[in-house]
Amino acid sequence: MMGSENEAESQVFASREEMENLVLDEPSDNTNGNGGSKSFSDYRSVMSSLADAHHPFSPPLTPADSDPLLAPQPYRDLRNPSLSHDNNNSYIEPPAYADVIFSPFDENTGSEINGIDSPGRSSDSSLSLSRSPSSSSDYIKITVSNPQKEQESSNSLVPGASTYVTYLITTRTNIPEFNGSEFGVRRRFKDVVTLSDRLAEAYRGFFIPPRPDKSVVESQVMQKQEFVEQRRVALEKYLRRLAAHPIIRNSDELKVFLQVQGKLPLATSTDVASRMLDGAVNLPKQLFGEGSTVAPQDVVQPAKGGRDLLRLFKELKQSVSNDWGGSRPPVVEEDKEFLEKKEKMNVFELQLSNASQQAESLVKAQQDMGETMGELGLAFIKLTKFENEEAKFESQRVRAGDMKNVATAAVKASRFYRELNAQTVKHLDTLHEYLGLMLSVHGAFADRSSALLTVQTLISELSALHTRAEKLEAASSKIFGGDKSRIRRMEELKETIRATENAKSVAIREYERIKENNRTELERMETEKHADFSNMLKGFVLNQVGYAEKIANVWAKVAEETSGYATDSA
Amino acid sequence: MDQQQRSSSGYSHSPRSPSSQPYLSVSVTDPVKLGNGVQSYISYRVITKTNLPDYQGPEKIVIRRYSDFVWLHDRLFEKYKGVFIPPLPEKSAVEKFRFSAEFIEMRRQALDVFVNRIASHQELQQSEDLKTFLQAEEETMERLRSHESSYFKKKPADLLQIFKDVQSRVSDVVLGKEKPVEESNPDYEKLKHYIFELENHLAEAQKHAYRLVKRHRELGQSLSDFGKAAKLLGACESNGLGKALTELGAKSEALSIRLQKEAHQLLMNFEEPLKDYVRAVQSIKETIAERANAFRQQCELAETMKLKEINLDKLMLTRSDRVGEAEIEYRELKADSEEAARRFESIVRLMSEEIVRFQDQKTIDMGRAFHEFAKGQARLANSIADAWRSLLPKLEACSV
Repeated sequence: MMGSENEAESQVFASREEMENLVLDEPSDNTNGNGGSKSFSDYRSVMSSLADAHHPFSPPLTPADSDPLLAPQPYRDLRNPSLSHDNNNSYIEPPAYADVIFSPFDENTGSEINGIDSPGRSSDSSLSLSRSPSSSSDYIKITVSNPQKEQESSNSLVPGASTYVTYLITTRTNIPEFNGSEFGVRRRFKDVVTLSDRLAEAYRGFFIPPRPDKSVVESQVMQKQEFVEQRRVALEKYLRRLAAHPIIRNSDELKVFLQVQGKLPLATSTDVASRMLDGAVNLPKQLFGEGSTVAPQDVVQPAKGGRDLLRLFKELKQSVSNDWGGSRPPVVEEDKEFLEKKEKMNVFELQLSNASQQAESLVKAQQDMGETMGELGLAFIKLTKFENEEAKFESQRVRAGDMKNVATAAVKASRFYRELNAQTVKHLDTLHEYLGLMLSVHGAFADRSSALLTVQTLISELSALHTRAEKLEAASSKIFGGDKSRIRRMEELKETIRATENAKSVAIREYERIKENNRTELERMETEKHADFSNMLKGFVLNQVGYAEKIANVWAKVAEETSGYATDSA
Repeated sequence: MDQQQRSSSGYSHSPRSPSSQPYLSVSVTDPVKLGNGVQSYISYRVITKTNLPDYQGPEKIVIRRYSDFVWLHDRLFEKYKGVFIPPLPEKSAVEKFRFSAEFIEMRRQALDVFVNRIASHQELQQSEDLKTFLQAEEETMERLRSHESSYFKKKPADLLQIFKDVQSRVSDVVLGKEKPVEESNPDYEKLKHYIFELENHLAEAQKHAYRLVKRHRELGQSLSDFGKAAKLLGACESNGLGKALTELGAKSEALSIRLQKEAHQLLMNFEEPLKDYVRAVQSIKETIAERANAFRQQCELAETMKLKEINLDKLMLTRSDRVGEAEIEYRELKADSEEAARRFESIVRLMSEEIVRFQDQKTIDMGRAFHEFAKGQARLANSIADAWRSLLPKLEACSV
């Protein structure tokens, strides 16, 4: 989820790619529907033009300078969650920030604290920072970089063998469970898919961050630099989100992914299937509980009846997909509460989606304002030059002077709008992030539903078996001495019932476990949401205040300079 | 002379000045929609307050419509060649827009400015047509207006002149003199170049100013939408966060209204003056065209006169009986030629005065527009800062 402000890293978008990557995770969100795809493209165009370092109005405009230069623009980082001491007009950034940004053209330095120019560390931006919960000393930072093309070495029968891209995954951490404090591995996207699948199995009921989409186009597109860069950023975001999750960051799967050199030693999906078939039971860890109380018979059981258990599960899954359209949870008190929460979640998601869209519109409007203001300023600068060159009368020179003041102010204001907007994007991005989070929530709820379905199916299966057993019992009691085959069948039936009973217990335990995961995750989300949204609102508002003040000052000066023209009637 | 001692505007505008001082003050007010359907139009009350002897009473109110103003403009343009006639606001192209409150207000303001500029112009304020415009009964006005409303705005005498112009131009072509005659005055050339360039620059600035108005409106709209969305989101949440979101939403909506207001101010006090500036420059271009015409006429008549003179001399030498007739023709032509020269010189003289006045006036006009613009932007930014700032303590309370 969202991180605290303690991370000493740049929170600045300095590159066009980062801007565009902002929305890469969006398309997988089906709830946005048509509106989402539209705003996606708007957002992208807004983002890409926002980051355009060659925008004519980005450079500092010194008074003598009438020609737009091409220097990239410094961004001002105004996010500040702890501004309880700020009472005065001039809003002050706390000196605690590692990177504070300097606006060289801002004249009101006075009591305002400005900062230093943030270098364009293009690969170093982060939206979701590792959240330091109670132990703020825990630190893990993941970077994805250095994409390289590699060849599929084994199948070199075919000339022009399939190539794929690997990325360097660098981790810096002080968590002792990791072997070392800084290490790197090379992974390809397929490895990420594997990681994601294994996590989904192992952490049912948790809000697991969704992984980046696979690409459905051919390898032609894969090679394109832009695509690779987009994917790199998406992967980085994904891994950072995983690391931000308090439970998942400690998972073996993630550790293995981040540390083990060479081939990723996680079972791929095909491997799992075949192993299940072999009976080499490698049931998901969850069936044995998360390292807590594991009764010995539970460990032993699968080895014996494991094959049957698995077959049962498989058959159940089959029947589920064939017959059951959806789960019908029993109307139990507890479920009612869950249903309420689920409904609330749906409503929240709807409003969030709406807010996210409106946020994008707002960003675009601010962007346009800044752009047009800048163009106006430029037009006046040209006019000023023109009047000065052609001046025959003093009145022309005076007018040119007035115009220049207005033009300069307009260009300054334009730059402030652009900066304001860059910050707004970052703050309001929380909305988009949480929309993405909704996916993982749906996943977690789906885990719960399917677990409940399993339980219910097993229960009804059991009752059917018992009925059969009774019938068989009744039938065989009529024949004295019993039928050898019937006795055998009875034995088999009893065996099946026992196995099914076991399965039911396991399934119930699983269901309870997932329910518990849901609950703790919901709690965690509530807390984090509260913090993240509060930060978002505060950041957004502070940002607006700060820049509005700056813009007001710029114009107040011009109003002062032209006050001689004021009419009495105003 | 009395006139020279007064300000360049001639008459004072304030009716409150001592009654011995002549004043002429006009206001265009009260737009009212009249007529039905396709033929509906806007009428304005034109109120004239004056103590000038030629005018009726201390106050006179007449009803005028846009085409009446056009009549006045055209008459002045005809009569006062060389003077930069104050520009009119455009005729609206889009039907739907014609009766929007904003358009009507913009036009009213522009018409008010138009008439007042005429009333304060040293030459134009003497115009009979102005007197007619400000005082005549509606029926008279209507008659005059429809008389002029045909496509031929020229009087018969002028039509004849056009004919003659065409004739001479044709003969020029026949004789191989295809290039139109132009002044070879370097200062004037510079001025022409300046005016044409200026129009381009101003048009661009005005275009961006108009877009800026639109941006204000768009930002206002998006703030409103965002505010609503925030409120809805706030309704989902309980405790402090919900309240914070709701408050944010409310503030956002309030600011939206503020932005729409500022957009209107921007339009009236900044964009419109810029547009007015463009129109003024276009009016100057029309005067430039008139000057070119006058120059050409002067040249052609001088040419023709010389030819006639040569011809006359020839006839006199041969003692032809056509001398008398030729002499009369020659004299007429000489008079015309002198008249044309006078007309041209008058235009030149007037233009040089006008250009000074124009530059001075525009510096004042633009200075005022810049001031209003800067004031408005500062005001807006301060409102925005204040509104958001007021939220901060509430947000602090929520996050606890």
